[in-house]
Amino acid sequence: MSGVTSQNTNAEHSELRILGFLCNWCSYGGADTAGVARATQPTDLRIIRVPCSGRVDPLFIAKALFNGADGVLVSGCHPRDCHYSAGNFYARRRLEVLKHFLPILGIDPARFEYTWVSASEGERWKQVVTRFTEQIHALGPAPKFEDSHPLHAMVDMALAPLAPLGTGDPQLLSSVKEAIRKKLPELDCVIGWKEGRDGLHTVPHFIRTEADLEELRIGPFAIHNLATYLPNYKGKKIGILVKGCDAKSVVELLQENLIKREDVFLFALPCQGILDMGRVDQVLGRYQHITSLKTDDKTVTVVADGKEHHFPISQYAPSKCYSCTSRMAQDADMLLGNATQIQGTPQTPPELAMLDAMSLSERMAFWKSAMDRCIRCYACRNSCPMCVCRDYCVSDSRDPHWMSQSDATREKLFFQVIHTLHLAGRCTGCGECQRSCPVGIPILALRQHCARVIRELFSGYEPGTDPKAVPPLLGYQVEEEHIKEREWK
Amino acid sequence: MSDYRYLQEQDIPSFLAALRALGNRVLVPTLQKGTKESVVFTPWQEGDPVLVAKATVPAKAAVLPSCETLVTYKKTKNPDNYAETSLTLTETVEAEPTVVFASRPCDAKGIAILDNPYTKGIYKDPYYMAKREKLVVISLTCNSGCETCFCHWVGGGPSSPEGSDILMTEIPAEGTKAYVLQPITAKGKEMLAKSALKDGESVVALMNEARKAAFATLSPKPDLTEAPQKVAACFANLSFWAQETERCISCGACTYFCPTCYCFTITDEGEPTSAQGGRRLRSWDTCMSSLFTREASGHNPRPSKAERMRNRVSHKFATYPENWGIFSCSGCGRCISQCPVGLDIRKIVLHAIAEAGGTVHPPKQEEAKPAKAAPVQAPKLEEVKPAKAAPAPKEDRAEARAEGKQTPSANDTEPARSPAPRRTAKKRGFIKTSLKKSGTRRR
Repeated sequence: MSGVTSQNTNAEHSELRILGFLCNWCSYGGADTAGVARATQPTDLRIIRVPCSGRVDPLFIAKALFNGADGVLVSGCHPRDCHYSAGNFYARRRLEVLKHFLPILGIDPARFEYTWVSASEGERWKQVVTRFTEQIHALGPAPKFEDSHPLHAMVDMALAPLAPLGTGDPQLLSSVKEAIRKKLPELDCVIGWKEGRDGLHTVPHFIRTEADLEELRIGPFAIHNLATYLPNYKGKKIGILVKGCDAKSVVELLQENLIKREDVFLFALPCQGILDMGRVDQVLGRYQHITSLKTDDKTVTVVADGKEHHFPISQYAPSKCYSCTSRMAQDADMLLGNATQIQGTPQTPPELAMLDAMSLSERMAFWKSAMDRCIRCYACRNSCPMCVCRDYCVSDSRDPHWMSQSDATREKLFFQVIHTLHLAGRCTGCGECQRSCPVGIPILALRQHCARVIRELFSGYEPGTDPKAVPPLLGYQVEEEHIKEREWK
Repeated sequence: MSDYRYLQEQDIPSFLAALRALGNRVLVPTLQKGTKESVVFTPWQEGDPVLVAKATVPAKAAVLPSCETLVTYKKTKNPDNYAETSLTLTETVEAEPTVVFASRPCDAKGIAILDNPYTKGIYKDPYYMAKREKLVVISLTCNSGCETCFCHWVGGGPSSPEGSDILMTEIPAEGTKAYVLQPITAKGKEMLAKSALKDGESVVALMNEARKAAFATLSPKPDLTEAPQKVAACFANLSFWAQETERCISCGACTYFCPTCYCFTITDEGEPTSAQGGRRLRSWDTCMSSLFTREASGHNPRPSKAERMRNRVSHKFATYPENWGIFSCSGCGRCISQCPVGLDIRKIVLHAIAEAGGTVHPPKQEEAKPAKAAPVQAPKLEEVKPAKAAPAPKEDRAEARAEGKQTPSANDTEPARSPAPRRTAKKRGFIKTSLKKSGTRRR
């Protein structure tokens, strides 16, 4: 074991663990060429041969970095020279997204590079390996997730909305009911909300009869994103009540051909914000009975065990409501009110702003502290409208065994990375994952950062806004607008 | 000196420090800030704040960690003949002396419920037993009921002693918070006797009053005596379960936050031939997952969330009571408050009873508050009254517990459990008939 100790104390001179994913047709050949030419090169790199750089799932890299690799290099054929025509075009998009994503986890993006080396470029391969190895040695051994000191930080929710938040039109409910009543005979079911364990806590509601319809609740109590349920009802004609944010999930499901437009009937609700029940429950604490629940235009007033609590929507909305610019679905089948026009640029969401202000090591420490209390109930995954693998999630897979059953904190964070990367370019930011988390981990920040990366790399692309748009990671351009060629040498 | 001890809020750290000095790991509820606050049991160290709030995650992990290593194994090859390998297995039964401080009676009862399958069945689980034997549970009795709590529905109460070694009750004190500590088991008695805490005899009457007052706050409860039969009778009625679970999203929050859920999965990880070797892990599993019952062939006997929730509710309210005489539910209500879509197991059980033509005899308003009518009694330690934890005990029993009549009994180290109903012929017969009718295989 003495070797290990000397490695740690004498990092500059000893080998680090660098992993290379090389395309069989070009870069692996390039490495061979360098070898045959007896080129002198560092020996830190451990090579894994893959059929194409397009085969490299960003999770390979994330898993390597989470499990002790000090650096990861991916190398494939030059763009326009792929053995399979387009594999590296897809790879380029994915890997670029990953490179921009890593810092939010507290991982230095310089620990991961991707480049292109052809089979004849032995000399270039030598340069790439030397440069990358030097780069990793300059960074030193990767900081271990386990070694971080706990850092507990809280999201600052004192926010100003782009347009006033409130409880909405009190007359709206009766007109919504009337509209649904007319349409109900043509539909198998209409999904809305109803009272749950008490008047304050609502639950998703499946309306089939007139009696069901009477129980409908909307306004600040339209908490859940009901689009999550849509793929369950294949072949049925389903009506669904959507807020502006929920409609994006429906559009994204349409974009990905996961539901059929003709099977869905969208009732668009005008929304002025909903309650963040996590924070409401925190204020209420332990109570036995809600004896009164009143709603005026701005505030929900609750009397619990004789104590009065006021919840102005402007102070108790989830973070997504403050930067919302689309409060009502536009291309719905039935508009149940008038949309508020919203001017202004959305601010950085508070969860993300908190992480942006941190250094890399602080971020790693933050995630360590936050994910430590995760018990992997997967409420985040199952409430996500875009998580459509359902019973066949990669995190449950035993072969390949992607995720360890070990309850190590990094494994828990690794799942969040899997979820986020699978949502890259698809997540509409509805925040169901964070709302569902029983232990209040700000996991939405990861998705928000990823969405920001997608916006930057793909000309402001917003998932769930255009039913005909192809999600960015499902396509490519031969010449990418915002991605450098990474002729990295 | 009596067996009772008196503890003021400012003395909690020194009490915990003394427990640590004896070599215990002391798990206390700590506040974790996030998008919403949660309370999690963490090992206490000198200087750490202590919060006596009800934890978001129960203390179940003290006896059943979310993941533990069962064995490590290593395969070595004979250098002279590589075809020859030898396997070394190392059993890793690990248990650290642990004190759970300020859990709630529902959490403690959860452990008592886990004790049945893990320590009293045909096979005793050495990993669980080792941890259980070294565990002392100090439960803080609740001051009031709560909207999602229903401990009194399932035979518990805000001060029920099952699973606890020491019960701790907050009593009114001037300018500070103060607690009375009542030993329940021999282990608890010994721990208190060894402690430097003051005698609490003078405040036992206050303790009883506090417990009575807490009991009086509980909402009226339905009578769940018929629940095991009625829930079982709904087994073949899949449309009922489909309707009840329509909004379920099949996550595992209800099971992972449950103090009584004890299912696990076993995974072998690591290369047995590597330097580190392989290890066999046991980790929590959830019956809400499709993978829980998916067979190697791909066939799944519980293909939809309706079957899965049916299993969960039936296990808690029908099959476990059939085996062990108590519900596998301590009424902590976490599955209700933690559910992302607000599923309510209370309603499912009540609906199942109604669906099967049963009644729950909702009590009249005056019956619901028995504690007010009953006179305050000082606990009599001589009066040995072993706990009978049959499904849905009558009010007076729960009340007796609230008064602290529950005493260290012959069952000192064992949590209370019903001596009687273990797979009675009548109940078995009932299940069989219902199976015949439905023709469904039952797991």
